[in-house]
Amino acid sequence: MLFIIIHVNKDDIMDNDNNHFNNIYVQTKKLVGYKTIQQCTPLDYKNLGFKSGLEVHQQLYTDKKLFCRCPAGMYFPGEDYDAEVIRHMRPTLSELGEYDGTALMEFKTKKNITYRIKNPTTCTYEIDDTPPFPINQQALDIALEVALLLKTNVVGELHITRKQYLDGSIPTGFQRTAIVGIEGEIPLAEKKVRIIQLSLEEDACREVSDFRHQRIYTTDRLGMPLIETVTYPDLLTPQEVVEAGNYIRFMNRSTNKVRTGIGATRQDVNVSIRGGTRVEIKGVAHIKWFAELVHNEAFRQKSLLHISSQLKQRIKDIKKWDLTYQLIDPSLINPLPPSLKYYADSEIKWVAVNLPHFQDILAHFTQPGQVFGDELRGRLKVIACLELENLIHSQDRNELLATVDFSKIRQLLKSKSLDAQLLFWCPSQDLSTAVETIRERCMLAFHGVPNETRKALADGTTVFERVLPGPDRMYPDTDSAPLPIDEERINKVKNNLPPSIHYRYEQLNKWEISRHYWIYLLRHNLVPIIEKIIAFTNYSPKFLAGFFAQDLKHLEGRNSSSNFDYIHLISLFKFISKHNLSPEIAKIMLPVVFNNPNIELESVLTIIGYQKRNISDILSYIPDLRKKFKSIAKNKNINAERNWIMGNLKLLSIGNYPLDKLSEEVNRRVK
Amino acid sequence: MMNDIFKGYKGKALEILKKYNIRVWSEATIKTTRGDFKGIVLPRSENDDDLHIVLKLDNGYNIGIATNTIKQIKEFGYKEAHYKIPEKEFPTSEDKPNIKLFGTGGTIASRLDYRTGAVIPAFSPGELYGAVPELADICNLTTEKLFAVFSENMGPHQYKTLAVAIGEAISQGIEGIVIGHGTDTMHHTASALSFMVQNTPVPIVMVGSQRSSDRPSSDAALNLIHAVKTASESDIAEVLVCMFGPTSDEYGLLHRGTRVRKMHSSYRSTFRTIGDIPLAMVDRNKITPLQQNYNHRRKDTQVNILPYFEQKVSLIYYYPNMQPDIIDSLVDNGYRGIVIAGTGLGHVNKPLYPAIKRACQKNVAIYMTVQTLWGYTHMFVYDTGRDLMSNGVIPADNMLPEVAYIKLGWALGQTEDLDEVKKIMLTPVIDEITEREPYNGYLVFQGGVPEIEQFLKKIHK
Ligand SMILES: [Zn+2]
Repeated sequence: MLFIIIHVNKDDIMDNDNNHFNNIYVQTKKLVGYKTIQQCTPLDYKNLGFKSGLEVHQQLYTDKKLFCRCPAGMYFPGEDYDAEVIRHMRPTLSELGEYDGTALMEFKTKKNITYRIKNPTTCTYEIDDTPPFPINQQALDIALEVALLLKTNVVGELHITRKQYLDGSIPTGFQRTAIVGIEGEIPLAEKKVRIIQLSLEEDACREVSDFRHQRIYTTDRLGMPLIETVTYPDLLTPQEVVEAGNYIRFMNRSTNKVRTGIGATRQDVNVSIRGGTRVEIKGVAHIKWFAELVHNEAFRQKSLLHISSQLKQRIKDIKKWDLTYQLIDPSLINPLPPSLKYYADSEIKWVAVNLPHFQDILAHFTQPGQVFGDELRGRLKVIACLELENLIHSQDRNELLATVDFSKIRQLLKSKSLDAQLLFWCPSQDLSTAVETIRERCMLAFHGVPNETRKALADGTTVFERVLPGPDRMYPDTDSAPLPIDEERINKVKNNLPPSIHYRYEQLNKWEISRHYWIYLLRHNLVPIIEKIIAFTNYSPKFLAGFFAQDLKHLEGRNSSSNFDYIHLISLFKFISKHNLSPEIAKIMLPVVFNNPNIELESVLTIIGYQKRNISDILSYIPDLRKKFKSIAKNKNINAERNWIMGNLKLLSIGNYPLDKLSEEVNRRVK
Repeated sequence: MMNDIFKGYKGKALEILKKYNIRVWSEATIKTTRGDFKGIVLPRSENDDDLHIVLKLDNGYNIGIATNTIKQIKEFGYKEAHYKIPEKEFPTSEDKPNIKLFGTGGTIASRLDYRTGAVIPAFSPGELYGAVPELADICNLTTEKLFAVFSENMGPHQYKTLAVAIGEAISQGIEGIVIGHGTDTMHHTASALSFMVQNTPVPIVMVGSQRSSDRPSSDAALNLIHAVKTASESDIAEVLVCMFGPTSDEYGLLHRGTRVRKMHSSYRSTFRTIGDIPLAMVDRNKITPLQQNYNHRRKDTQVNILPYFEQKVSLIYYYPNMQPDIIDSLVDNGYRGIVIAGTGLGHVNKPLYPAIKRACQKNVAIYMTVQTLWGYTHMFVYDTGRDLMSNGVIPADNMLPEVAYIKLGWALGQTEDLDEVKKIMLTPVIDEITEREPYNGYLVFQGGVPEIEQFLKKIHK
């Protein structure tokens, strides 16, 4: 409906109305029915047909990598390397004899891939100059443990499978991966979420840079053991996505055998809505980002469906639709785009494209701050290697639109009134890929939502990353033999499983631990530590939980690279209990222990200046303190006096006498 | 046929399949003590145990199900996979050279065989064009599959057949020849062809891959492009091995067939010219000569094909404490020629002398090469060498042990006269013996040394 209204006076608007872009953006956003996540209720998601599933990748804590004997978890910055190796990736025939869609796209991009190698972390296996060594058994046992926690059906025999990745992130061109278990479940508060599979796989390279036809990776992370937990698309609201993400993460951590820290846990999240398509958002670093990302993706899909229905109304035979394009003179654009500087030594082509019937589609809302034209930009960047800003279209943001004379372009292209135009520029070698990329994306718009993986941005939106690969990219690894997993091995792991996260939730509830602390305690697997401490003391779990989730968290927050072993917490409380100290002294001792984990705890007492005193000693200071207070205090209020005296006695008392009891004594004496 | 529907299954696994009336490619649900599994039953590799059934799940992963956990199997469909390599007609044009590709069984383009896990080569021009379309920019390609054997199964029969086929192709006016070959024994075949195909007017280029072409990072396509480019455009009319120079996808090296050797079990850059430098470098755009002396391409169709080989020849790798019965048993088994890869300058221990003497008296031709690979035999330097020569051992200068083995087989295939054999052996056909070793021929780097580390950081290895 909107389009009819706008088209009445199209040319006037195009040429004169400065807010044309905004008008379309705002109106289409409204038409699509976009609401913020705060405004949405579960019913809204139900009406959208929102469905989401998770793929949680978790690095395992092993000494060595999965298929070679290089050390795991040793990282170097991208600029620090010993040698470089260059590879190109070619699509291959999968075992069913077809090329995979992603494979073809990646091949089109013709990227030079450079691997930076640091000798201590990389051997001939990582750069694919030697076949794999037998799989790391330590990693397999951890994976089995998680497979059992997920209640999956464990396979009888592990088959290493190759999963193709032509982006170059793995020098072989595929990831070695194997399914350990299928069909499990995790309990959320309101429902059970089904698990598709738990697989054990090797981690990929870390990307250093990606510019034009050159992508650089470093191989230190490559080959580290990783498990991937995949859920069914059973998550029906963004809140459920977050809840499931947390559950899986806590469960992985509960084994105490997984890595923590930056990049150790990475999530992909799949989203679809009714009539839409499964789109995968890759590499979400923080679970708290999930909600916004999946919410926006749901509305992006709704927007694309809206665009599809608009186009189908306008175009009688979509099969016959095609764009036209012409090389033009750069004089039609002024000033010249800044991105020209990236192509300094290439011959530049200036290309004007006419998109029949696409009037106003290019400025159609897709995500907060993004429009359909940005979908073209994203694909041009990734597939044709054209750096942003890579195009300007006839309904573009004002500052860009002002640089191009679109009326001339419309004349040149003999555009009709309902057509849209765009102008792009590229090195001549990229021209045909670029045109093909635009044509393909426009034609995909007729069908709604293309199969894509998208990269998460910090603002909750996403950009195109690649075409979503199908099962066609899986084929058996001819370099490794199947490995039986017998009952004995499973039972051994089964007998040492940690309690479920569900059980931990109940435990925390019973202990009346504030919900604010839960995430921290579970993420760091501190509940077993609390259990151990209360087994030999009478300290309350609530005190310990608060102590960890505040004092310990504070210390860790200030020193994020520390590898503080929580076993020292147990020794600390053992010491405190053995010496009959009041547990509050832990708050003062912890910073010292945290920074010097192997220190003698006796000497910590010296460092913090602790002296043993009984309560009558401590209280005997009160008369002198009262005199002193009267002489110095401006505010003679009784509570101020009590607080001031408490403050002075606190340090003498800590470890000797519980502070709450001290406070009672002070209050009794200071009246 | 019965076996075909149970591809690779045997023993217990086969029993179970039969019991539940399940065949390979059945879509089935398997109930087990570990839960239910659903997927397509795949063939099983014949070398794997008989205790598991292989299933392909919906998501493309394969898993194995232990037979002793199976409670029931139900077939609900059937889905046979059809291997297919996209085949497009190979475009031809008048202005491009006509190149012939002979197949011996090595993999150039390929698909996977579930049963053995082996890689099945794609070979017709159409299949190759589907897999490596760049070839059509270089030449008009025809192909002929001579055998389908693994590299290690190549032998005298194949050498001779190949030589004859090359001769025919040349006499019919082909402008370049490429031979797809497994890499393990490529250098044996290269030297055999160097002796059996002499005075070729066109390049004869052997090529293979170290990473099979079923993987995206395979060196196969680029090696093939390099080889076809060499066969089409190179001026070097010799038997060449064309394989990766560095492990990076950068350029290939053209090695002379008699001086090349596989030097690493798995590296891409495994082939090295020994005792000399390679003939040339090749990349997608150009061929860069490194040596000036080589046989130049000609317009005629003349070639000498000498397809001879005596099978009773052996190559023994000397080790300290080798017992004389090794030599004796060869002689007693009717061997006519022995190549020894000796230590240092070409030595073996004293206890072997009588056995060697006896062998020579029995008309067995014995040639000495060096297991150091680099360098010449110098048997006059020490008494050991002089003693050996007086017992009848003939030093083969800097001929590589494998090349000496092939050449001795070839020489003994032509004549029984050991003087004649000696003349053939010591007269170089094409640099299997060189008069001089260039100073930069010998290059084995030691990693860790600062200057080499500097080099590695700067140059893509
Ligand atoms: Zn390694």
